[in-house]
Amino acid sequence: MLLLTCPCCGVTAEETEFANGGEAHLKRFGPGSTDAEYEAYMFARKNPRGVHFERWRHAFGCGKWFLMARDTMTLEVYGAYPAQTIEPPAEIQARIKSRRPEWEGYK
Amino acid sequence: MSHRLATGGRLIDRSRTMEFSFNGKALSGFAGDTLAAALLGAGQTLVGRSFKYHRPRGIVASGAEEPNALVGMGEGQRFEPNQRTTTTELFSGLKAISQNHWPSLDFDIGAINAKLWRFFPAGFYYKMFIHPRPFWKWVYEPIVRQSAGLGKAPHPETRDADRYEQIYAFCDVLVAGGGIAGLTAARAAADAGQKVILVEQNAHWGGRAVVDGAEVDGQPADAWVDATLAHLNGLANVTVLNRTMVSGVYDHGYALAYQRVADHQPGADMPRHRLWRIRAGEIVNAAGAIERPLSFAGNDLPGVMLAAAVRDYVVNWGVTPGRRVVVVTNNDDAYRTALALHAAGVTVAAVVDARKEATGDLPARVRAAGIRVAEDTAIRHVEGGKAVTGVALCRFESDGGAVSETIACDAVAMSGGWSPVVHLWSHCGGKLTWDDARAMFRPDPNRPPLNQDGQGFVRCVGAANGDLDDADEAPMQPVWMMPAQAGYLLRAKMWLDPQNDVKVSDVQLAAKEGYESVEHTKRYTTLGMATDQGKLSNINGLAILSDALGQPIPQTGTTTFRPPYTPISLGVIAGEARGEIFQPLRKTPMHDWHESHGVHWEPVGHWRRPYCYPRNGESHAHAVSREITQVRKSVGLLDASTLGKLVVKGPDAGRFVDMLYTNIMSTLPVGKCRYGLMCNENGFLSDDGVVARLSEDTWLCHTTSGGADRIHAWMEDWLQCEWWDWKVHVVNLTEQFAQIAVVGPDARKVLEKLGGMDVSRENFAFMDWREGKLGGFDARAFRISFSGELSYEIAVPASQGQAFWNRLMEAGAEFGMMPYGTEALHVMRAEKGFIMIGDETDGTVIPQDLGLNWAISKKKTDFLGKRGMEREAMVSPDRWKLVGLETLDGSVLGDGALAPLPGKNDNGQSLTQGRVTSTYFSPTLGKGIAMGLVHRGPDRMGEVIEFQTETGGRVAARIVDPCFYDKAGDKQNV
Repeated sequence: MLLLTCPCCGVTAEETEFANGGEAHLKRFGPGSTDAEYEAYMFARKNPRGVHFERWRHAFGCGKWFLMARDTMTLEVYGAYPAQTIEPPAEIQARIKSRRPEWEGYK
Repeated sequence: MSHRLATGGRLIDRSRTMEFSFNGKALSGFAGDTLAAALLGAGQTLVGRSFKYHRPRGIVASGAEEPNALVGMGEGQRFEPNQRTTTTELFSGLKAISQNHWPSLDFDIGAINAKLWRFFPAGFYYKMFIHPRPFWKWVYEPIVRQSAGLGKAPHPETRDADRYEQIYAFCDVLVAGGGIAGLTAARAAADAGQKVILVEQNAHWGGRAVVDGAEVDGQPADAWVDATLAHLNGLANVTVLNRTMVSGVYDHGYALAYQRVADHQPGADMPRHRLWRIRAGEIVNAAGAIERPLSFAGNDLPGVMLAAAVRDYVVNWGVTPGRRVVVVTNNDDAYRTALALHAAGVTVAAVVDARKEATGDLPARVRAAGIRVAEDTAIRHVEGGKAVTGVALCRFESDGGAVSETIACDAVAMSGGWSPVVHLWSHCGGKLTWDDARAMFRPDPNRPPLNQDGQGFVRCVGAANGDLDDADEAPMQPVWMMPAQAGYLLRAKMWLDPQNDVKVSDVQLAAKEGYESVEHTKRYTTLGMATDQGKLSNINGLAILSDALGQPIPQTGTTTFRPPYTPISLGVIAGEARGEIFQPLRKTPMHDWHESHGVHWEPVGHWRRPYCYPRNGESHAHAVSREITQVRKSVGLLDASTLGKLVVKGPDAGRFVDMLYTNIMSTLPVGKCRYGLMCNENGFLSDDGVVARLSEDTWLCHTTSGGADRIHAWMEDWLQCEWWDWKVHVVNLTEQFAQIAVVGPDARKVLEKLGGMDVSRENFAFMDWREGKLGGFDARAFRISFSGELSYEIAVPASQGQAFWNRLMEAGAEFGMMPYGTEALHVMRAEKGFIMIGDETDGTVIPQDLGLNWAISKKKTDFLGKRGMEREAMVSPDRWKLVGLETLDGSVLGDGALAPLPGKNDNGQSLTQGRVTSTYFSPTLGKGIAMGLVHRGPDRMGEVIEFQTETGGRVAARIVDPCFYDKAGDKQNV
């Protein structure tokens, strides 16, 4: 069971206090999008062994959604940041790079 | 034969005798005994039968690693199978029975399997049961089910009489293991001011050192352990727990520890087991090491034991496994066993050492004691049936063709070296490295399991780290088979896993058949899959596999170490979450009233809702029928408080509800209600309910009872993560209001009696809502109907719910007012053809399937699910769509019944053309009514199709309009 820290309220708590919301930084494709765009938005999810960006909600705490970079293999947490963020903050990307030099970068 | 020695036993109190029984036979032991020690002390060497061959089995080990000596313990509600005698502390009145035999332990029919061993090779089950295919279902499976499993599970209706609990704990350092290494680590952390939890799986402390009479810091180990424990017990920052095992290490320093609080004192007023849920900054694995057996023919006979376990029984409990013991080894440590036996007055017939020569200090001491040491020698085979009678020796470097001599003995103490207990290191990903000199896997300190900061959080100390404290010993010699070139007949009698009956020959056969992966070989042969999870067998097994594959052991690798370290009780996993407090119960403000009025409850999410209110022995069906008739004829009350009530407010609230609902909600006038549908991005219907516009910037969204929290979260998700610049606020007011539906033709008359609010048709029309006083209560009333009758749903503050309910009951008395439950609600909505989320929907149904096109906006450029509904499969005319169904004979269709078609699909399943989604007996119409999804249903009105019945027959039903009652809606709009 992971130990996570909510970047909104600062509480560090058990994973069971949070809810995972799948891959982060998805762009919504609604009416007017092509079948390929819609399919990618709805169903094509990354499932990496290594660095991953995820949506989490502090469901049984402050209720806020946030985003988190973590390693699905080593379980290291590289950092959490607000949901209202278009791409991972530079300092988190730098931290990942320092911990995992072979990381090919976000995207 | 095993027996109690006249003196000795550091853990027992000979002044306190304890009576117990084994298979009904009265035996006795001493306080401080384990059940295993007491059985050996009483001369009971045969304790069970093996799984496959039903071979006689005796005690092998002295701790958690025991594979054989498992018994059924207790009786009735306290019966538990597969309990380890070696970790069970003896108490007076203990009742144990042996397992896996019929008709008796001494005479077992299943032992015939052992004579047929040639026909039970590795992978026997896979090879045997595959052909002919139909045999599996009718012949093999029933037989396998009958004879499978070790021990007997309690009857499913048995309720565990004991209680269990869980506790959360936090510490800087969790130390697993109370030997010298663990105590040292705990003391160091504690003295540095860290918060420490120290746990030891046994009742006693000190590990091997106190048994072997070692010295620590110049003191006898015993005295050092006592002093260190006293020191730790005196510190406020240290929690010391014995009888507690760290069963698993999980992500980020999470660990479970299993405390056997009252196993040794049954009947005590305390929980039997306690599960510690610990979050530790660091976990110190000081779990020690486990001795490995040696593989020689007949090594599974009762009386063949691990050398260190023999030492434990002699020193700790004053028990010897035999009168004349042979020690067999590949290392110096086992010589300690010879010395311990000798010191206790037991004859050691010989020490058989596989090494070319035994020249160390320990062998010298053994020789000095007058004990014979046979170098470069192997046990060729053990002689005996249900007990050891002797051993036949041969040269170690031979095929065992020539017996050099036979030694009479009644017990064998074996040692194949030691394996560090790396489980807690490996559970969460710690990697191992192979130590060639000691032939063992040990933790690789460079590859620990990582915590959230990317730092290692498990550290191994002492023997668990591979530090065996063997500086004064001569090197061991890896021995995986004895003699080294043993022929097939010998190999087929060498047990690797005595519980699951896996032999050296089985692993070699698996390798020959192409099983190269240790994980596959494990599953194919069942090596290490018994309840002991291969604590004794895994390393020996993978050494045999490596040899057969011609590759070094580290290349073969180990199987995965998974928690728990040893089995923990299911009771402790459930903890206190059983019976009444299995999960939290949500109660409406009128819950207690329902309870006291004969309610029959229906669980809805965490809520309990009244299903119906049977009177004086009435059946449920009868009660439901009575409630419906009353509502249709006059008036009834429904507790609708569980309906979700989400307030959506803000300058962008209109825009937001237009995205959430498929229809337009932003144009809803203040004072009005509108029914709406919510879909997910696939276009599948997710929830429905009535929306009321409370003010210019405020919408009140009613959700289904089960959907309130989910839809609230759904709204928050979109607001926080997608449209975060929209100014909207959502509050879940579900529990703030009691909501009561007053339903039936006389509903208005009841409310008029309360007074205070104009409830007339003219001033309070259908689909309006009004706020004001009703009978003196602050009320918000909605003229909405889920039954088709004149209906007012009235919300009052939750605290006034019961009083308002009472008032309505009083006011309605002259009309025969009665409460009705969810089943009446369901039947009435089905009579009206109204859908129910979860009945008509199953996560693959779009609103169009349910004929709800009228509730889908064509004007809106976007709403959640719009794009999904545009997909080819969603607009296909071949979808299953909602229709009403009327059986020709008036009977009630089965819930979920399928309408079969002739023919099969590509998977060989029968084709179908529809299924029943809601089905009831309608007391209003006096016959069965149903709704269902049928292929092109609405285009087939009047057609008769067949549905399956529960008894395998068919029943004909006509496709009709789903609305069976008051199609024009006159009754609700009066």
